[in-house]
Formats: sequence, C-alpha cells, structure tokens
Amino acid sequence: MATLDAKIPEGPIKDKWTNHKNKINLVNPANKRLIDIIVVGTGLAGGSASASLAEMGYNVKAFCFQDSPRRAHSIAAQGGINAAKNYQNDGDSIYRLFYDTVKGGDYRAREANVYRLAEVSGNIIDQCVAQGVPFAREYGGLLDNRSFGGVLVSRTFYAKGQTGQQLLLGAYSAMNRQIGKGKIKMYNRHEMLELVKVDGKARGIIARNLVTGEIERHSAHAVVLASGGYGNVFFLSTNAMGSNVTAAWRAHKKGAYFANPCYTQIHPTCIPRSGDYQSKLTLMSESLRNDGRIWVPKHMDDVHAIREGKLKPTQIAEENRDYYLERRYPAFGNLVPRDVASRAAKERCDAGYGVNKTGEAVYLDFSTAIMRYGKEKALVEGEKNASEARIRELGEIVIESKYGNLFQMYEKIVDENPYKTPMMIYPAVHYTMGGIWVDYNLMTTVPGCYAAGEANFSDHGANRLGASALMQGLADGYFVLPYTIGDYLSNDIRTGEIPTNTPEFDEAEKAVKDRINGFMNIKGTKSVDYFHKRLGLVMWNKVGMSRNEQGLKEAMQEIRQIREEFRKDVLIPGSANEMNPELEKALRVDDFLELGELFAKDALERTESCGGHFREESVELDGPQEGEAKRDDKNFAYVAAWEWTGDPGESIVHKEQLEFNDIELKQRSYK
Amino acid sequence: MSNSGLLKSSVARKVAMALSAFFLMIFLLQHFAINITSVFSAGTFNELSHFMGTSAVVQYVFQPILIFGVIFHFVMGFILEIKNRQSREVRYVKYKGGASASWMSRNMILSGLVILAFLGLHFYDFWIPEIKIKFIEGDWTGALTEGGEPIRYFHHLRHKFEDPIRVAIYCVSFVLLALHLLHGFNSAFQSVGANNKYTKALQKFGVAYAILIPLGFVFIALFHHLNH
Amino acid sequence: MKVTLKVWRQKSASDKGKIETYKLDNVSEHMSFLEMMDVLNEQLIGEGKVPVAFDHDCREGICGMCSMHINGEPHGPDRGVTTCQLHMRMFNDGDTIYIEPFRAKGFPVIKDLVVDRTAFDRIQHAGGFVSVPTSGNTQDANAIPIPKPDADKAFDAAACIGCGACVAACKNASAMLFVSAKVSQFSLLPQGKVEAKRRVLHMVEQMDKEGFGNCSNTGACEVECPKGISLENIARMNREYLKASLSSSE
Repeated sequence: MATLDAKIPEGPIKDKWTNHKNKINLVNPANKRLIDIIVVGTGLAGGSASASLAEMGYNVKAFCFQDSPRRAHSIAAQGGINAAKNYQNDGDSIYRLFYDTVKGGDYRAREANVYRLAEVSGNIIDQCVAQGVPFAREYGGLLDNRSFGGVLVSRTFYAKGQTGQQLLLGAYSAMNRQIGKGKIKMYNRHEMLELVKVDGKARGIIARNLVTGEIERHSAHAVVLASGGYGNVFFLSTNAMGSNVTAAWRAHKKGAYFANPCYTQIHPTCIPRSGDYQSKLTLMSESLRNDGRIWVPKHMDDVHAIREGKLKPTQIAEENRDYYLERRYPAFGNLVPRDVASRAAKERCDAGYGVNKTGEAVYLDFSTAIMRYGKEKALVEGEKNASEARIRELGEIVIESKYGNLFQMYEKIVDENPYKTPMMIYPAVHYTMGGIWVDYNLMTTVPGCYAAGEANFSDHGANRLGASALMQGLADGYFVLPYTIGDYLSNDIRTGEIPTNTPEFDEAEKAVKDRINGFMNIKGTKSVDYFHKRLGLVMWNKVGMSRNEQGLKEAMQEIRQIREEFRKDVLIPGSANEMNPELEKALRVDDFLELGELFAKDALERTESCGGHFREESVELDGPQEGEAKRDDKNFAYVAAWEWTGDPGESIVHKEQLEFNDIELKQRSYK
Repeated sequence: MSNSGLLKSSVARKVAMALSAFFLMIFLLQHFAINITSVFSAGTFNELSHFMGTSAVVQYVFQPILIFGVIFHFVMGFILEIKNRQSREVRYVKYKGGASASWMSRNMILSGLVILAFLGLHFYDFWIPEIKIKFIEGDWTGALTEGGEPIRYFHHLRHKFEDPIRVAIYCVSFVLLALHLLHGFNSAFQSVGANNKYTKALQKFGVAYAILIPLGFVFIALFHHLNH
Repeated sequence: MKVTLKVWRQKSASDKGKIETYKLDNVSEHMSFLEMMDVLNEQLIGEGKVPVAFDHDCREGICGMCSMHINGEPHGPDRGVTTCQLHMRMFNDGDTIYIEPFRAKGFPVIKDLVVDRTAFDRIQHAGGFVSVPTSGNTQDANAIPIPKPDADKAFDAAACIGCGACVAACKNASAMLFVSAKVSQFSLLPQGKVEAKRRVLHMVEQMDKEGFGNCSNTGACEVECPKGISLENIARMNREYLKASLSSSE
C-alpha cells in the first residue's frame, strides 16, 4: 500500500506557511501571461481563485453550470465567516481558531492545513471589506461579531443572514474586474465532463455547452477544481438542485484520489419534508438554537394525538415534554455540535416520537425565549406590571429583530406562524467534509490538477464547525492557491499554449460523446429523478446519520443494482444537441451512483465513530459518556484516500497518517 | 463620454423629461394664479392678461421658452414611449401591470395625449385669437372693445365657456391632467435624484398639487359657465 | 387540487414559440411552485414528451436563478418571494395559471422559460467592483469606521439577487433597479466612493447598450422585487450620474 506525501513543510507549525511561501518557486510576471489556468466552479473558492490568478497575470478560463458565476451555491450560506481577528478582545487567536477547528473536526483534519487556514483568516476580512462587502457594523462604525456553535469566543463576521451571498458577490466583483480586463474568460452554462491528461499531467477539460449541447475542448497548464460538495448524492439535501460531484468524480476517475467520502455533515435545523414531491430541503440557520428549545412529547398518546391533529403542541404541559438535548447533555444543552444534535433527533424519531405525519420532525420552541426576552424588555421599558399577553408581545418583537427573516421564511414554506406554535425541524444533509485528496499545496494526485473549497477534503476533518466553510473557500482561493500553483507552473514557462488537436483530447472528447450518446440511446422507461430518489433513499437510510456494517454492505449492493438498472432503463427525452436538463441530470446522477457506492465502502471500512460518521458498533459502553460516539485514534487517525480501479466497490485505499504534534487528542465531551 | 452620455443616456433623458416637467408645473401654477382672479374680479384679470399679452419679456422670452418646453416634453415623451416599447419585443400573453404599479404611472402617454389634444383646443380658443390680434392685425393697444362690443380677455373667457360641450371637454381634460400630475410630480423629483427625509412630505405636497390645481381649473370653467 | 397550466413553449432562441395547455390533477397545496413544475415534467416524460425547461438552482430564494412570469407577474402573486419560494397554497383548486419567461429585449429566450440574463453580468463587468488587488495586504478591516446606517443601507442594496424580476415587471423593461442597487452599494461605502463617478457612467452606458428601456418611475420593480430593493437606489443613481457627468474629467 502506497503512502501519500502531503508535502507538509518542515519547521514549527506557526512558521510552516511563511517558510513555504519563501521557498517555493515563482513565475515572473511576463511569463504568467504565457500560462493558462482552468478553474471549474465559481463559488467562493473558484471565484476568488479565478480573480486572484487573473490579477497575478495568468490567463484564466472559468467555468460554471449556472447562468452567472454569482449564482454558485456559496450564495446560500447564511450565518457568517470565522476569522481570528480578536476584535472583541475575548482571547481569540490564530492558535485558538486552529485548535477549535481541529477539535470540532474530531481530530481527523491535517494540522498544518488547518493552522494555515487560521493564519490567513484575518486577511480574508480585510480583503472583503476593501472590496465593499457590507458586513454588519456596530454604531461606532466598527465590525460586529457574533458567536457560533462549538466555540467559546465571538469571531464570526456576518452580513445579516446572507453572509455567503455578500462574500460571493465580493468575489464575483473581483472576477468582474478581471473579466472586464479580458484576463478571465468566463464560460457560463458550461459543465465539465472530463479531465484531459497529457503525459500524466492535467492539461485541459472537455466541457458541454449547456445551451447548444456542443462538446468543447479547453486546454490549460493547470486545472483547478472548485466544484463544491457532493451532498446531492442523498437526493434531498440543502444543496442547490444543480450541485453535483461530476467534475470531482471525473478527476477521480483520471487518477485523483478521493478522500474520506463518508464524512458528511447532517445539519440539525432544517425544515422537515412535507411529501414525496419534495425536491430539496431548506436550512434554518444554526443560530436559532441559541434561543430555541428542542423537544418531543414524553408520551406516545400525545404523539398520536398531534399527528392526527387532535392536539396542538402548545397544549402539551411542560412536564409532558421531553427536552431531550437538555436531558442528555446538561452542559451544552441545545447548543451541542451539529452531529450530536442531529443524531439525537434521529434517535427520538426512530423511537416513534416524531411529531409530523412522516414521523420525522421535532419541535424547536421559542416560547421560553419569548417570555424571557419579553420580561426583560418590559422592565427596560418601565412596564413593571405587564400582563402575560403584553410580555409575550414584547418578547415576540425581540425575537423578530433577531430572527425575523428566518421566521418569515419558515412561515412561507410551512404556512404556520412560528411565533405562536413551535417550529418543526429535522436534520438534513448539508455539507461534505470529504472530497478530493490534496497535498499541502492543494494539488491532487494528478499533477497540475488542484482542488479548492468544499471539493477538497483538507480542513474540516470529520465535522465542520459553523461559519468555517466560507473561511476555507476564500482562504484557498485568495491566499493559498495563487501562491502554491506558481511552484508547479514555474516549470511550464516554456511549454507554450497546449494544443487541443492532440490524441489525448481526441480520446477524451470521444469518451464524452460516446457516454452521452449511450445515455440518449437507452430510451428506457423511467426518469432520471426516479433513480436519483431511490439512490437517495438508500443513502439516507443506510449511509445516513447512523451506520452499521450490515446496512452498509446492503447499501453497496443496492446502489450497484440501482446503477445497473439506471444504465439500462433511464429515459432521456429530447436530443443531446440542445439545452437538455434531463441529460444534464443523467450525467450527474450516473456519477453519484458510482460515488454512492464508494461512500458506503469508506463508511464500512472506518469502523470507528468520528464527527459526522457514526458507526453503531463504535459507542462508549459505560462511564459518563455511555452511548456516545467512540473514536478510535489508534487505528483510524488517518485519511482514507481512494484510488479508482474501474469499479467503485473495488477501489483501493491509500492512508495518510495524521500526526498531531500541536494538539493533544481528546475525547469530545458535551455532557 | 460624459458629454455624449449627458445627451443620450437613459438617465439623462429622464432628467431632461423631469426638468421640462418642472418648468411646465411652474407655468401651470402661474397660469392658475392669473385665471383664478377672473372669478373674483374681471378688472384684475383683464389687467394681468394685458400685461402678459403685451410685455416684451413675456412675449419674446418666456413664450418661446414655454412653447419649446411643451414641444420638448411631448416629443421626448413620444421618443421614450417608442423606445420603451421596443425594449420588450415579444409581449406577455398575460401581464398584470396593475398589480404592482398605479394606472397613472402606466398610462402617462395616454393622459399626455389627451392633454396634448386639449392644448390644441385651448390654443384655438385663446391663444390663436390673441396672436391674430397682436401679430397679424398689429394691435398692441390691448383695447377691450371693438365697435363698442367687449371682445377680449374676461369677455372672451365668459363667451367661450357658454358652450356646455366645451366645458365638459375642458373638465375631462383637467381630470386627465390631474392623473398625469399625480404620477408626474413625484416622478420628476425621483428622476433628478431627490430622495431623502423630505421625500414623504414632498409626495404629499405633490398629491395636493396634482389634485388642487386641476380642480381649480375645473372650478373656474364651471364658475364661468354657470354665471354666464 | 387541480390546475390548468398555460406554459410558454419555445424550442430554441430562433423558434417562434407558443402557449401550450397542460392539466395537473394531483397538486398538493404544500408544494412549492417549482415542485409542481417537477410533477408536470415527470408527467410529460411519462407521456414521452419533452419536459419544460426552466431555470432554478438553490430553491431557497437566494441564487436568483428562477425566473418565471406567473399569471402576469414575475415570481407570481406572492410578495417578497422568488418563484422557488412561491407555494401552491397561493392558488385555488381549478385555477388556470399562465407561465411565461421573463420578457425583455435584454433577456432573449434560450428555451421555453429559460432566458439569457448575461446582460446583467456585462453591466457588472463595466464597473460593478472596487479596484483593489486581492492580495489581502490591504489595510485592516477596521481601519475605516463606516457609520452603521450607511453600512445597513449598502447591505440593503447589496441584497439584490440579480434575478431580473425588476426588468420583467417594468412596463418599459428597464434595468434601473438592478443597476442602481449595485451603484448604491458601492457609493455608500468609503471603499467604493473613490471610483464612484467612473463606475456609474460606465454601468449606465452598458445598461443602455443592452437594450433595456428607460425608467418612468412606475415603481413596479420595487413591488415585485423578491428582496425589497428600494426605489431610493434609483434616485441615488440618478444623482450620482448627474454629479459624475457634470464633473467627471472622462
């Protein structure tokens, strides 16, 4: 079994990045003009990378499947972005952010990468402010911060509940500047369908023009994949409908190892499913758990009465409610990390206490907070003898000022007023920590092919903390990749433009065309969504929040079967030479059907529980942590990087041993 | 680029439209102020009319500017309307404009055309006879009688408003003018970029202006019709 | 509930296109409008027909991709929502619903309900940015305090999702609300003020080139905007433009 070289620089952790930057090769400005770089995806990572690389002088070709780079799914991030600025003087530091991130990731992230992330986090905020990102401010005119789950300091910068949107628009504006100058050539409505390798190096891509259906060849000296995560393998997730694994998976099949596919974050506060037609799930910001109390009824009779509509949740007396998070985790209560909160909700619903028709929902109740804030406000306003109704009214005003937009969103979707009746929530797939394996330079195992943002695996270990995804995407794109890519490209200054009329491009284009024609000619009987939904169901039931050996083995088998059926019986209307959304979906689902099996295989081999990956076989059997997830550092403190061999079930694992020199491995306890 | 932009850009056209509108609204106010005197005192009205009709500054400076302003406002209005129609080549099968914008704002061209037609009648009634007397016959004396018969200004006014059909046309036109102003007044301020803490108060003033001035003209017409 | 759909079908940009009628029998009031469209498409695929192409992505009202003109209004009859956030409970059993693409010369139809909104991107290329390097070695984020009201107003303008509902709703197909939101965001912040004149001149010039109509202040854009972008931004842009064209040396 080969070992992977992560190329972590020598020296103490706090000097690694500086030393590395000082030592790596650079490309001089005149020569950068001779070098082309392809960037696939225009979210925070891809957008910021495109802008930075173009600004440095490289010729960038940027691709996105949406109609504009501004619509990449980074835009949907709500809560905020972390940075170790310590503006609040609450003891924050680069080390503390580094420590929190490694601990939050359940000690399955690479120390050196995380430290670098924490190190550049402050620059991100400087950069964004300079670009005109309108972060929230205090009356003194300085930046405001809020705190987020899993940490003890206030280091999250935000722009109302639309931080991702504002940061993405910032990166997009930086791109616009370069597009205007001709340094970025933008390919909207294009989807990468193949990575092209020449002499073992990534030298281009084959992309489909989604408007005309044309198959196009694009060459470059390096290819950056910033195509996001693969949560849509579950069909239902908080990802955008178009989010897909295709770019990453195509690179994987061309030799890029895929790391830790089983690390998936299931977010506890999403709006529950309402029916079979459901197309996606909507996230409600984690910040709601600051004031909401999560509960289900204590007695089964009440559960039945609620489901039948005979009883309203507000009619259930306090003593008949089970505030299960407060019961199980008295120290952290409703503020336990995402993975713990999600599993606890599933546990109650599996035991039959779910409160909606599907049996998959728990209550998130603001009435206590409303009364508490109401009393405070009544005192502040000098209303000493305020009636209960008045207190409630004042409390609702406070809650509205904090979460108004979220409450409104909930009401639009569910048609219930969350000020008057508890919200219903249920966990949903949200983020994938796993991704393409990269070294310290963000290069994959294919020379010249890089991965950034959610598409790579490197910084969040087995669980991501809130407000860290935005940080990582922008850190990779603005401050890491633009330096490290030069080290590789310095050997390419004399290469000249990569021709696209070579056998390698011929072959890759033919493979894509054959694949598309193959799908068009199946002319089966079932739609793409039919198969995607089946895949999602298997993933959710057997590779979801809690996993066991038997289920995972079954899942691998079932996914394989669905894949075979899909390739025999899918029906794609229309033709390949036009805009054809069904064909687009088919190509993506085909890749999901391979990834899903590898996903289950990875989960099967990792017999420990860590972060978002929970194996029922690996729990604490006694002591104060009884029943909680049990990590196995002795046997599993490694990154599982999978090599494609032609069949996802036969992939070969390569292990990168994780070394923790600056942080002591401890059990995460929230009791 | 700024020079050509100032003449041709969409923003500049709006501003030009607004500036001509301001001028016309001020003119309208002045016109109203003089006309309303006819209700109280024929003498005052005649004096003011004579001054306006014979002052060189009014006749040779303001009158041409006014005519230019009117022509500019409606020509520009037509140009914008045509351009705006061109900016949506394929129309909607179903378009619910009323759901999001007032009737007035969507039909400025319609109310404008009615006002334009009215101006034709109004010129025929009052302006052309005056032009004839002064510029063709060369009579700048302002004599109120001809052969002992009163002919001009107040008398002329009374005479014209005898006809109920004419009065009705005038009244309808003033209603359309009110509708035009109900959108136009505040639209002009928005176009020149006035939007601040005074905007709310200004909007209320605009509504009052748009209703009261045309209503006043209607009152004058009806007053003379009924007091004949 | 049952609904009758009158959907604009157009094979390609060069096709003439026409309204087709479809009937759906099994619509739940809890469905989002786009989920109802998914059901329609599944039905069409089952009948061996080509499904309706429409733009959509995040389905939570923030990406700005969805763009349907429903019963005569962009994003349908509800207020403050995008098409993907519109729910079938806004309609009644037996309703006939017209579904058309956003229409404007600046937004040519690509297929069925999908339109090309890259005009918006080109307007932004013309000046929708602050010319700072992405090095991160700019000054500290707190070096210039920004009054909270300015920062809040800049945010309100920046909340625009670029969906194009303003253009679709406007009887003149004017893009002023979109452009003014971008101009306003930057002109309200000290970082953006430096090149404010250049920005507004260039962006307006590009907007005019794209064939959008003139603003006649009907206010339809503000009413139909899913993010409640204010007309105040248009006034601010007019002001900025006047100032810039009278004083700019360009």
